[in-house]
Amino acid sequence: MSDRPLYAPQEPIFPRRVSGKFRNLKWVIMAVTLGIYYLTPWIRWDRGPNLPDQAVLVDMASRRFYFFWIEIWPHEFYFVAGLLIMAGLGLFLFTSALGRVWCGYTCPQTVWTDLFILVERWIEGDRNARLRLYRGKWDVRKWRLRITKWITWLFIAIATGGAWVFYFTDAPTLLRDLVTFSAHPVAYMTIAALTATTFLFGGFMREQVCIYMCPWPRIQAAMMDPDTITVAYREWRGEERGKKHENKSGDCIDCMACVNVCPMGIDIRDGQQMECITCALCIDACDDIMDKIGKPRGLIDYIALSDEPAERAGQPPAPILKKILRPRTIIYTTIWAAIGIALLYALFVRSDIELTVSPVRNPTYVLQSDGAVRNIYDVRLRNKAGEDRVFHISLTSEEILRIELEGRDGQRNLVVPADTTILQRVYVTARPQDPAASTDTTALRLWVEDVDADIRASQATTFNGRDE
Amino acid sequence: MSERKVDEETGVETTGHSWDGIEELNNPLPRWWLWTLYACIVWAIAYTVAYPAWPMISGATTGMLGFSTRAQVAEDIVQHEAKNEALVAELVAADLTTLPPSSDLHRYAVARGGSVFRAQCSQCHGSGAAGAVGYPNLLDNDWLWGGDIESISATITHGVRNETDLDARYSEMPAYGDIFAEEEIGAVVEYVTSLSSSEFDADLAQAGSELFLDNCAACHGDEGLGDQFLGAPNLADAIWLYGGDRDALTETVTNARFGVMPAWGQRLSDVDVRAVSVYVHALGGGE
Repeated sequence: MSDRPLYAPQEPIFPRRVSGKFRNLKWVIMAVTLGIYYLTPWIRWDRGPNLPDQAVLVDMASRRFYFFWIEIWPHEFYFVAGLLIMAGLGLFLFTSALGRVWCGYTCPQTVWTDLFILVERWIEGDRNARLRLYRGKWDVRKWRLRITKWITWLFIAIATGGAWVFYFTDAPTLLRDLVTFSAHPVAYMTIAALTATTFLFGGFMREQVCIYMCPWPRIQAAMMDPDTITVAYREWRGEERGKKHENKSGDCIDCMACVNVCPMGIDIRDGQQMECITCALCIDACDDIMDKIGKPRGLIDYIALSDEPAERAGQPPAPILKKILRPRTIIYTTIWAAIGIALLYALFVRSDIELTVSPVRNPTYVLQSDGAVRNIYDVRLRNKAGEDRVFHISLTSEEILRIELEGRDGQRNLVVPADTTILQRVYVTARPQDPAASTDTTALRLWVEDVDADIRASQATTFNGRDE
Repeated sequence: MSERKVDEETGVETTGHSWDGIEELNNPLPRWWLWTLYACIVWAIAYTVAYPAWPMISGATTGMLGFSTRAQVAEDIVQHEAKNEALVAELVAADLTTLPPSSDLHRYAVARGGSVFRAQCSQCHGSGAAGAVGYPNLLDNDWLWGGDIESISATITHGVRNETDLDARYSEMPAYGDIFAEEEIGAVVEYVTSLSSSEFDADLAQAGSELFLDNCAACHGDEGLGDQFLGAPNLADAIWLYGGDRDALTETVTNARFGVMPAWGQRLSDVDVRAVSVYVHALGGGE
């Protein structure tokens, strides 16, 4: 037992450069996702004088979330919750249909690792040069190349950590504060932490993050089934593998191209494995070799496990659409779309003005000296518009119950400033002879109306009479 | 045991442990995980040295950084007080009778007064200010000593019937048990009942009305409407401090009542008295 190591050192991986349609797709996706991440905070959006003019802004201090024309208040956080549920279901849908496409193309860990490997290749050369450098002595050249690489990585990492904080406050102001060292310490700490994780995860941890830290590879097995389209090796076509002169029956010439390009350091010919992020670079590498030796492409390909029996028998595989359209993906899509439609509906019917009524129940009612019964309501009035509004408060069944506003001298109109919630104490009184004064509870509805625009909102509540 | 054994099914080396013929595979953990564990242990030790951690016989170790949540709260309070300094100065100088209800200062006074009220006043008046038997309800429009902001402020500052403040609100009703015969008390109670209720014995009330005019009207008024200058309650309305049924009224007339309130001007800062006055005034009954 003593000589069996329970811990293994990280095996260094030196992915070789590859070109092909999937590599090109990955370059495009990298450019788009990184572009979105770095540039979004700099998009301006005019919301008038009282509101910030940043298109996407998570304003923690004022408790607002701005997304272009949409403004979300804390009590509307269900929009964010809904989007997160949609993101989760979307991940389920794509995984059950297309395997780990999220991991292979769009996961930040994959994108930044790809970027870091690109930098590494520019500075240190391709796979063989990097291998030589790795094995070589720490001479001046090695130090120079390593330090150049690390500094370049560090700049990317700082830009990454730096871009994150711009989402939380006005970007141009923060940038000026950052460079003049007058920004809040939290900004610097956040940048430092994210710089460290980007540098470490993209430069050194790489595949270790996917294999040992990320829970998704462990969960994905539950999302996939034999009809899931994933990157696989056509073993029935490739074996027996061997070099050309060995005259083996299979198409695989054992050139190791698929292994050399793999950023996860695995051999796809071993079958589906947890480490595979389905980045499809082995497909590009193998297709290139197949072209060169005059064999048909697709020895390694996007196929479903259920294709195997047909292909072994020499029949064409089932059409892709048939594999994608199955009860599981249809159910995921339906739930995803239902939540999406519900959110859109909620977004378009929501009003610029709102009220919430919390009846004061300590005590449940107040007896006045003339025998009248008064109930108190704490009413929160929200003006979500960018300018001050005049609100009018009213009550249904006003012939029975009278309404008064605390501290407003009998006025029922009040100004609610732009983008603000105010708390107003409201009194509703039933005269001694009114039935509501001696009835246990009476239903009523409080209304708020924007007197300049034709917008109303209301909330139902109850009135408590004397409990006799 | 230096011989390596490989599991045939998976091709993975085993640890050599075997339970009922089931062998444990050795899938080695990456070494950096182990270093992460060591780093966490070092961090934990450093943390317990730097911050309060180990429970001792009297209190816990204080930590080298001298951090304490209590000190942090104290610092927070100092910071908030510094932030509120301008509002406090403004509130102390403000004329409460003309303070606009929608102003920031008014909102600050209500918020500050609310927290003073919950800490100091709620024990008797209730957390919702609805009072209890013997402790006035502050939400209604019936006031013993006046419901405008100045009267409320004076009552809070000097209190009621206490011995510590010479300016305390003071009035005392005689205990008529020593003065009236039992049937006379019954007659007065019937008359007082008749002021606010339609169910009474007219003959008895008639007898009581004469006793009332001779003995009670001096403070409570000829019509029993009370007098806020004297702190004499209105007996003709729907609100009773000690209960309005005949038993409670008999008890009141026989033994009298003597509710006391401390002089808060001696216990609270000027700004807190002003704030709680504004708060009570804004509870619904303020005049």
